Amino acid sequence: MLEGIFKVLSDAIFYNLIREDRYLLFVNGFKVSIQLTVFAALIGVAIGLLMAISKLTNNRILNRIATAYTDVIRGTPSVVQLIVIYYAILGSSHLPKILVASIAFGINSGAYVTELIRAGILAVDKGQMEAARSLGLSYYQSMRYVIVPQAIKNILPALVSEFIVLLKETAIAGYIALDDLTRAGTIVRGRTFDPYTPFILVALIYLYITSILTAFMGRLERRLRQSD
Amino acid sequence: MIKVVDLHKYFGNLQVLKGVNNEIKKGEVVCIIGASGSGKSTFLRCLNLLEEPTKGEIYIGGVSITEHMKDINKLRQKVGMVFQQFNLFPHMTATENIMLAPVRVKGMPQDEARKKAVELLRKVGLPDKDDVYPSQLSGGQKQRVAIARALAMDPEIMLFDEPTSALDPEMVGEVLAVMKQLAHEGMTMVVVTHEMGFAREVGNRILFMDEGIIAEEGTPEEMFSNPKKERTRAFLSKVL
Repeated sequence: MLEGIFKVLSDAIFYNLIREDRYLLFVNGFKVSIQLTVFAALIGVAIGLLMAISKLTNNRILNRIATAYTDVIRGTPSVVQLIVIYYAILGSSHLPKILVASIAFGINSGAYVTELIRAGILAVDKGQMEAARSLGLSYYQSMRYVIVPQAIKNILPALVSEFIVLLKETAIAGYIALDDLTRAGTIVRGRTFDPYTPFILVALIYLYITSILTAFMGRLERRLRQSD
Repeated sequence: MIKVVDLHKYFGNLQVLKGVNNEIKKGEVVCIIGASGSGKSTFLRCLNLLEEPTKGEIYIGGVSITEHMKDINKLRQKVGMVFQQFNLFPHMTATENIMLAPVRVKGMPQDEARKKAVELLRKVGLPDKDDVYPSQLSGGQKQRVAIARALAMDPEIMLFDEPTSALDPEMVGEVLAVMKQLAHEGMTMVVVTHEMGFAREVGNRILFMDEGIIAEEGTPEEMFSNPKKERTRAFLSKVL
């Protein structure tokens, strides 16, 4: 009985990881997923910052652009966005696939980051801006020295949570033939005809990274609350 | 020092100020009293353009501020403001709160600004609170830091918007004491207040606001012992 279980397990490990160096598929897929998430997060934060400012200014045109952007992105499936952006950009350029995918995921994440930043800034008490302005600080100075430092406290934990979502979202990169972690699972399954082992492995790897991020978020929240 | 001519303010369709006229002289302490919703806070906030007047003129030191909206940051350096809710910056220590405007607006060197902040904290009776964050201060202490912060820009006029209304009763006295001291030093002050004792003792002139206009004004003696208007009498009988 025990011997039987041991045999099943060692076979699973052998066929899914060791034979033909299949573990390398997972290692490379892991690297791709992480790169994708990091680049997309950077692009997303940059876009989010710009769009949040556009939403908060009194400029009508910027308001409209930012609102249209967040509405479209949040109102359509990310797989569809990925495919459309992939063919729209790659059709006319020779950029590496991973860069194009990062841009696509960045554009997607940016919409959610926009709302996070906007909400974080709006959550700062109105009296703070009034007090800063009443001292003679300009709007820009008030933002820089008074509002934004307080808003960052509201935004940071939610931003880490957005990165967790983003990491999981990159699992659809296989749709544009990018060999990310999830696709490594698909490839191995195709070779071994074992649907369980590769995907349980993939799930455990995702879970490992997200739990690190979750723990980091918890610590961050506690740190930020202390200084209140 | 301040001259207000036919000041009107609408919030949407709601008319809050319906033609306020007044002149406030240098060194005068003017207390504005009246029921809530009478427009007294709005009037005060118009004086440093935290609210933009819908119609009318405000002159400060002979210059029309309503015409020079662009120089608004210059104007506000001359007019300090203290808020009901203190509005201290929670991410900065008491000293940093006070230093911010002199350093960023006037370009004062850090060490000079720090020295000034320490002096001001001493002046408002908080010599040992230099590096303390607002969350560790009591309400009365917060408000005194807020006064010090406004004074750091060496304003010519100080505006107080119900400075003691958010305080526990036992802390009102310490804030009023600081304000009294300022008045004795000759600061021009406009104070929206419910503290009738303070208004009577420190105020040179009382404005009673009702339904968006100054319904009656006079010296504290006139206003408190012998108000002319029925509305003033009704209001005072409720608060005294």
